[in-house]
Amino acid sequence: MSRRDERLHVRVNPIACTAHGLCAELLPERVRLDDWGYPIVDDRPLEPELVALAKRAAAACPTLALLLERGTRPVERATGSVPPPRVRARAAR
Amino acid sequence: MTVFAAGVSATWMLTRASGAVSLLLLTAAFALGVADVARWRSRMWPRFAVDALHRNLALLALAFVVLHVLTTVLDSFVHIGLLAAVLPFSNGYRGGFWLGLGTVAFDLFLALIATSLLRRRIGLRVWRTVHWAAYACWPVALLHSVGTGTDAAQPWMLALALGCTAAIGAAIIARLTLRDGGGGVGAPRREPAEPPPTVRRVRTRQGALTR
Amino acid sequence: MSAATALPRVLAGADPHGGAPLPVHLAHHGLESLAVDPAWLVQEVERAGLRGRGGAAFPTATKLEVVGHGRRRAVVVANGAEGEPASRKDALLLAQAPHLVLDGLQLAAAATGAGEAILAVKGSARDAQSALARALGERAASGRDRVFVRVVAVPDGYVSGEESALTHLLNGGRAVPTAAPPRPFEQGVDRRPTLIQNVETLAHVALIARYGADWYRALGTPAEPGTALVTLGGAVERPGVREIALGTTLAALVAHGGGDLARARGVLVGGYFGTWLDPAAARAATLDGASLRALGASLGCGVVAVLDEQSCPVAETARVATWLADQSAGQCGPCVFGLAAIADALTSIADGRAARALATASRSSGRRGGRGRRTARFEDPLARVRRWCGEVAGRGACRHPDGAVHLVASALRTFAADFEDHLRHGPCGGCARPSVLPLPRAGGGGLELAA
Repeated sequence: MSRRDERLHVRVNPIACTAHGLCAELLPERVRLDDWGYPIVDDRPLEPELVALAKRAAAACPTLALLLERGTRPVERATGSVPPPRVRARAAR
Repeated sequence: MTVFAAGVSATWMLTRASGAVSLLLLTAAFALGVADVARWRSRMWPRFAVDALHRNLALLALAFVVLHVLTTVLDSFVHIGLLAAVLPFSNGYRGGFWLGLGTVAFDLFLALIATSLLRRRIGLRVWRTVHWAAYACWPVALLHSVGTGTDAAQPWMLALALGCTAAIGAAIIARLTLRDGGGGVGAPRREPAEPPPTVRRVRTRQGALTR
Repeated sequence: MSAATALPRVLAGADPHGGAPLPVHLAHHGLESLAVDPAWLVQEVERAGLRGRGGAAFPTATKLEVVGHGRRRAVVVANGAEGEPASRKDALLLAQAPHLVLDGLQLAAAATGAGEAILAVKGSARDAQSALARALGERAASGRDRVFVRVVAVPDGYVSGEESALTHLLNGGRAVPTAAPPRPFEQGVDRRPTLIQNVETLAHVALIARYGADWYRALGTPAEPGTALVTLGGAVERPGVREIALGTTLAALVAHGGGDLARARGVLVGGYFGTWLDPAAARAATLDGASLRALGASLGCGVVAVLDEQSCPVAETARVATWLADQSAGQCGPCVFGLAAIADALTSIADGRAARALATASRSSGRRGGRGRRTARFEDPLARVRRWCGEVAGRGACRHPDGAVHLVASALRTFAADFEDHLRHGPCGGCARPSVLPLPRAGGGGLELAA
């Protein structure tokens, strides 16, 4: 496998995560659940044979909270993530 | 295309059969979707399996629905054109209403599938909003199947429809009454020395900061 | 007025009755004009070694430079939100010396080339708000300000003063934090590079602009020069805000406030994300980053709270932990559930439920778990809380759970004997005493003692 894949790791977006638990089922090598069902992610780099599983786990997450990242950049960025709503009153000058 | 000169053609039989199978598969996919959001699981059925089966059954249903639509269009016995497949109530077959419902269901189903396949691109909020259409898609499909079609009044068709309705009804009732899936044995947890604290059900939404 | 090398500096000329008016301020700290060369100011601030006084102690000059070199026109925010309940320094500074802070805000705006200035003030700090209104009126009349200052009231809440939470609020959203990039100094208010500085930091900037870096360094330690505002509280006769030179001993501060370290159970340093020091460590500590770091603590937002011998550290920690759990933004499961569980466990240790449960468990330990399920492995409640602390930290979108867990862990270390004692024997005499640490009314923050 190429050396690039060795720097892939998984990370969870804690705000998006609602503890469905699919990630721990599909990728127990990197994800285990705490006492409340939320994932504790081991962010060590993925071995090449785990990459496909990790991709599947990220695709299976119902809230797209599990992310696959290389270094600090995400491999597939979910572009639809929404920033906070902006309802601003203009400041009086 | 006149393959069979008269009588009940193969395409027409195929339409009816694929329609019935579509209804079954759609019902199964829908029921699993309800179970999915209810976080149902069991020892033999982990969450990812319920989720994957839901997705795969939906895709299989799509295949049969497409077959159903194509055979309807291709059949020479009645004149239902390709336009009727996507534009509801544009064809007057048997009054047009029940057929139109089928088109509505098909359109909704296409939207469900397309948004699900593109979920990562369009983002969770859009996907979730469109996915609520499933609660419209299935009943409309059911009405279409009992209202239109040659077999509409046949006992087996009615029994099928009733069975599907019962299944969906049970799934929805279960989802509303069971807390956190009500599933069986999960991973063994450490037993606390005293009763666990009352867990606040927190609905977190990705990105949304207003409740 | 001469450049005071002695204390007070920031509080010199402070007027408790509505804040020092502009002429008094000018007489004390009197920069006649705020038209200072921005590059020189940043250089002076760097030479002075000024660090932020909001809790993170980030080098101010670095922030000024980074924000000033952003791609878009910057926004400067003076952060007086002061979410820490035990801290009152920001509210006091704004109420008594608003002009100093406002000068600092204008200077920061000039140093970063900002076109907009915002002052975030705690919603419940009425004195500060009225003093600010008066001061801004004076400045408008005299034309002192180059950049218009918008005052925003921030809802009371522990996390609402955090940088990203404040940015969200200013952008029209909820005051909840996130750790996700981009950070406010890159893209903050209006997606512009945003400088967020604690109001006390800006006051120091104003003084450095007036008197220079060498003057600033005349007090304090070489590694941490200057002065800082601290809020002394707890079991002392004269609680309140004081200005100290960094490096002052904790003992001197407590003595100045009429407290007695010899009869203290412990000292909380840094606020509710801070650290408990046992009396021996407290006696040895000096109030500067290096010394406190060696003790596993940090000055944070300058809170020093003394716990007397009669009060119960277990009950106090349980109350604070419960309050912190309630203050969670509610965005992330590990924080919401983890902190709630930790708080509940600590409360049950404090009020005796844990002791009773332990007694019951040890009586029935002979029986096996039935129904074919694995026998439950009994986990000591304290060990479980420690495990939760380890598991919760770092798994939220912001540092709220980390801070709360740090406090709990330090309490478990410093008062280990007290916790064990409560676990075996239930509540002590001090548990029923009123809370030493201030806790604003929040949903369900009280400690109920089981009969």
